[in-house]
Formats: sequence, C-alpha cells, structure tokens
Amino acid sequence: MSSTAEIERRIGNEYEAGFVTDIESDTIAPGLNEDVIRFISAKKNEPEWMTEWRLKAFHEWQKMEKPEWANLKIEEIDFQSISYYSAPKSMKDRPQSLDEVDPELLRTYDKLGIPLHEQMQLAGVAVDAVFDSVSVITTFREKLAEAGVIFMPISDALQEYPELVKKYIGSVVPQRDNYFAALNSAVFSDGSFVYIPKGVRCPMELSTYFRINELNTGQFERTLIVAEEGSHVSYLEGCTAPMRDENQLHAAVVELIAFDNAEIKYSTVQNWYPGDENGKGGIYNFVTKRAIAHTNAKVSWTQVETGSAITWKYPSVVLKGDNSIGEFYSVALTNKMQQADTGTKMIHLGKNTKSTIIAKGISAGRSQSTYRGLVRMNPGATGARNFTECDSLLIGDKCGAHTFPYIESKNPSAIIEHEATTSTVSEDQLFLCRQRGIDTEKAVSMIVNGFCKEVFKELPMEFAVEAGRLLEVSLEGAVG
Amino acid sequence: MLNIKNLEASIEGNKILKGLNLDIKPGEVHAIMGPNGAGKSTLGNVLAGREEYEVLGGSATLSGKNILDLDPEERAREGLFLAFQYPVEIPGVSNLEFLKASVDAVRAHQGKPELTSVEFLKLAREKCKAVDLDQNFLKRGVNEGFSGGEKKRNELLQMMLLEPQLCILDETDSGLDIDALQVVANGVNNMRSPDRSFIIVTHYQRLLDYIVPDFVHVLANGRIVKTGGKELALELEEKGYSWLEEADNGVA
Repeated sequence: MSSTAEIERRIGNEYEAGFVTDIESDTIAPGLNEDVIRFISAKKNEPEWMTEWRLKAFHEWQKMEKPEWANLKIEEIDFQSISYYSAPKSMKDRPQSLDEVDPELLRTYDKLGIPLHEQMQLAGVAVDAVFDSVSVITTFREKLAEAGVIFMPISDALQEYPELVKKYIGSVVPQRDNYFAALNSAVFSDGSFVYIPKGVRCPMELSTYFRINELNTGQFERTLIVAEEGSHVSYLEGCTAPMRDENQLHAAVVELIAFDNAEIKYSTVQNWYPGDENGKGGIYNFVTKRAIAHTNAKVSWTQVETGSAITWKYPSVVLKGDNSIGEFYSVALTNKMQQADTGTKMIHLGKNTKSTIIAKGISAGRSQSTYRGLVRMNPGATGARNFTECDSLLIGDKCGAHTFPYIESKNPSAIIEHEATTSTVSEDQLFLCRQRGIDTEKAVSMIVNGFCKEVFKELPMEFAVEAGRLLEVSLEGAVG
Repeated sequence: MLNIKNLEASIEGNKILKGLNLDIKPGEVHAIMGPNGAGKSTLGNVLAGREEYEVLGGSATLSGKNILDLDPEERAREGLFLAFQYPVEIPGVSNLEFLKASVDAVRAHQGKPELTSVEFLKLAREKCKAVDLDQNFLKRGVNEGFSGGEKKRNELLQMMLLEPQLCILDETDSGLDIDALQVVANGVNNMRSPDRSFIIVTHYQRLLDYIVPDFVHVLANGRIVKTGGKELALELEEKGYSWLEEADNGVA
C-alpha cells in the first residue's frame, strides 16, 4: 500500500469519545428570545442585575452580524433551532458528594478518562465537570477553600460570591465584543469561576471538563479566572461530545485577569466531535478567550486543538502593565473535513512587555488549517518584544495550511520577530523509520509529536501525555 | 543468506535492474562497484522495499524467506539493514527515542523482551563510543543539523544497535574524510561475524583497503557483469568501467 493511501486509511479512524449517555434531561424547547433568557436566569436563581446583563447582551446580539472574515466555510446556523438549556434531571438537587452523583454520569466521565472518582483524585487535580448546561460535580472544593482558593461552577459563584462575579464578568470580554461573545453573554449556562487570593499559589492543578450530550443543544460556558496580586494558578480544560450527524454549537467565553506579579497558565485540550470524513456533523466551536495582564504579570495560553468541525478561536493577552508577559503555545490538528481558523492576539500597551507565540498547525485528510495572529505594539509599548513562530505540517496532498499574521507597530523601539515554516511528513522520513522496523503509524505519530514538542512541554505533565495520545488517535489512518 | 535471481526493477517506468543475480553466504562481504546509473543504489532500495521502485520480475530471499512480498518494516525486522547514502533529518524526534522505537520493534519481532530505558541508554552510550559519536547526539533530533560524517556514523550506530543479519551500505564512504572512513570501516570490521553478511556499495576502491571484501562485483546496465576477488577493485581503479560495459554490450 502506498504511503498516501495508508495515511488516508488511518485518517478514517473512529472518534473515541463519541458515545451518547442515556440520561434523563431537562431540556427547554429550541428557540431564542427574551423569555428563554429569563428562563435560564430564573433556573439558576440569579440576581436581578445578572438577568438584566444577559438581556442587554441579547439586545446587542440582535443588532450584530455573524463575522465572515475567517477562512472558514460555515453552513448557515439557525439559532432558533438550538436548545439553550439542558441539564440532567437528577441535578435538580445538586449532589453534595460523589456518592450522590448519578452512576451513569460517573461512568461517562470514567469512559472519558476524567478523574472524578476518589482513587483518580489521587492524581491531585481538582475537577469541575460540566455536562451540557450545568456543572455536575466539582472535586476538592474544601481542600482548595483552605488555601482561600475559590473554584466552583459560575452559577454557584453567582449565589455565594455575587459581588466578585459582578465586578469582573465582562471586564475583559464585554457583552458586545463580538457576535458569539454577545450570544454567550445572553445565554451562558455554566462554566467555572476561579479566584486566587493575593499571594496564594494554588496548591493543585484546576481543571474543567466540558461535555455536550443532548441532541440539538448548544453549550455556552463562561469561565472567569481572577488571580490577585502575586498569586499563581494553572488551569486546564478538556472537551468532548457524542458523534451526531447534526452540527452542534459551542460558543464559550473565557476571561482571565492577572493582577500585578500574578501568573495564570491556561491549558486546553479540545477534542469536540470533529464530524465524519464527509464533513457531516461535528461541533462548531466559536470561542472568545482573552486575558488582561497587569504589571509584571504573566499569562500563558497553551492549546491542543484536535476536535470540532469548525474552530474559530483566538486566545489573546492584553499586556496592560509594564513588564507583563503573554505567551501562546498552540497545536491545531485538522483531519477529515475539519476547518480551523485559530491563533492569538497580543496587544502590547505597557513598557517592556514581552510576548511569545509558537503555533503548530498539522493538516491531514481534506482539512484546512489557518493560523491568524495579531501582534500590536501601541505607542506606549516602549521596549516591547514579540517573537512569533508559525509552523505548518502537511500530511497527504489534499489538505491545506494558511498563515495570516497581522503586525501593527506604533512604537519604533518595539521589536517584532516572525518566523514561519511549512513542511510535510516526507516519504524519505517514513522510509527511514520503516527501514528501521518502525511501522508507518508509529512513525507518523513520532514525527508529529516531534513537531509539537515545543508546545507539549508547556502543558502540565499529566496532560502532556494525554495530548500526545490524543494526536495519535486523531491521526489514525492519516498516513501511509 | 541472500539469494537474488533474475531481479528486474524499474522506477518511474525506467527499467534499472535487468536480471540481476547474486548469492551471498553467511559471513561474506560483497563489494558492489560500477559506473553511475548502473543500478547500485536501486539494488539497496529494492531489497529494502522502497515503494517508488517496482519489481518486475525475479526473486530475492533472505535466509530462505521471500522478502519481496514483505513491507519495508517487516524486512527490517527480519534482519535487513540499509545504511543510507543521504540519511534524512527528522526534526524534533530525539535520536534516542527513534533508536529505542527501532530496537523495540525489531526485538519484539524476534520474541525478545523489551529493553528498559536504562538498559537501552547504557547500550546506546556504549555504541556511541564505538562509532566515536558524542553522547549528546542521542538527545538531538534524528540527524538534525548533523554533518555528513556524523550522519554516516549515526547510520553505523543504528546498525550496531539492531545487529542485522544482512547489512547493505549504500555509498557510506561518499563525502567522508579519511578519519571518518576509518571509523566506519572499524565499525563494520568489528561487526563481521560468521553469521552476518555485508553488501558494500561503493564508487571507490579506497574503502576496500579498510574493509576487505570476499568478492567484488561490477554492476553495469542493471546486471552483474563481472565478479572477482578483492584484486578486481584495484584493476577497476586503474582501468575504469568502460571496458566492462563495452564487453557486456558486445555480449548483449
């Protein structure tokens, strides 16, 4: 079998997280209007200001147009055919401990390899699990509370710490920031809230797993992380969804605030269902992620994106304070008919601010992968520096890789470096491996992992392994 | 050990091997010389199973097993090793990881237990010394930024770790200075054993001063046109190949 044919055979692999959990759910009828927003807000027993905030976002959204500038072919989305709220029935009285969680749900997370069980918790990772629209369990809450760290579903935070949420929500990504952010602001259901007090180093990794289960539902989570002065936190999110023929919408907003000398490390392993080889089904992933870094603060985004039919995502850092640092490390793998338009924005406002962008795109099958990045040096960004490296790896001859770097410098002392490469997994490399006894599949996975090494080393240890494995699975059938 | 009968092969529609016969017994070293374009590199590539080459006829067996039906990785695991003329770089994949994956695959096929990382590292360091390659090369990407000589020594390192039964060296001497040449020759000579055979493809007689072959073959027009002992190499050095090609054409 020729190499290319072999690659293609392997691309046709099965999506491992594609099962559906048979669980009774409370799902509202599809459609979007003020009543739906009031319904969601009431379901969550939200304060009045929150309801108003949502409605304001909804009114803004109605005036906005869906963005068309991305290098993506998107089928028309009928926002009235989506259900904006779905929760497992047994969640009505939220479980207080793992014993009270529906065993079917626990099995779901077990299958996904996510540590909700006690023995798994020995791994020392605190987990918030979001199933469709609600958080089903957050582990290690008490232990974190001892350190003063707040880690809970944002709907709980609205009950317990409304003043904190009110102060920061929308402060980084305003309601009318963009079309999908406005939609999220109107209908967001759940997500995580993290607050690290001054000078505290969060004692463990925090992570949230998002899973879409119900048919015709969208997931609109909202995550807010506030790191007070001199604090430190590392947070990871993972995502999966069942295999369905219909496209499902995921429009999230993540806001990070790193105050003076604080550090936030935010990692994503995104494995939403990518659709089949003919492009049927899969998640539409439209995400707005942005951070503000104050003086001497540091924010790192690390993302491994292997899923979704369409990814539209640009985790950004506003380098507001002097000497602040922004980093973006990304691996985006597209296979089959997937499309990804992803990258970052580094907005340098403060003096001596520094940003690093390492973006690795891997395209296989008939997929299209686009890097889009903006580096802006504002007039005040004296002595600012940026380094960008953008590498594309092509597997097979039916895929595409594109790079759109935007550079705007309004300060002559700022230094911007940009490097870009495009390479292929060559027949020569594969033959060398095979001549040494290594089969094609293993060879491709080794080569791709080697290509991604710079990014993987930025992931928390536990997840670096997972990311490597995920690439391997996503590439099965991609080579030969 | 290796038995090739009437082997015919082409690449992109051009017939390169036109009925090649070669019989190699365990422990023997065979040198293959010949003019450019005679099919010397094709022979190694066809035996190793490179897919761009099409086998049109004939047979090749390794220890009695027909290798032409096997995938390249299966041939490798059966003990066929090809040292490349131009070893390719694999950026980001550490040499150590690559070598271990290779040794693991071959050992698994042979039913031997997998070496632990510690055992393997120890072994790899030993072999590095034997080919005069600094241990730091284990950490670097496969051939990434290696000089020509370093790449060839890295090939030799792989050969020593895999302990193949048949080693094919495709112009391993090209681009090597005399010191590197001696390192390669010493490596090969140390590996010579009663149950391991070598095919040394070379342009120059020079290498054969260091690796003394049992037989020298001249490959021209896709066939072996003359076979002799080590003294044939000296004769070729002096007289070139044209007299043989002409003689061959005369026969054909």
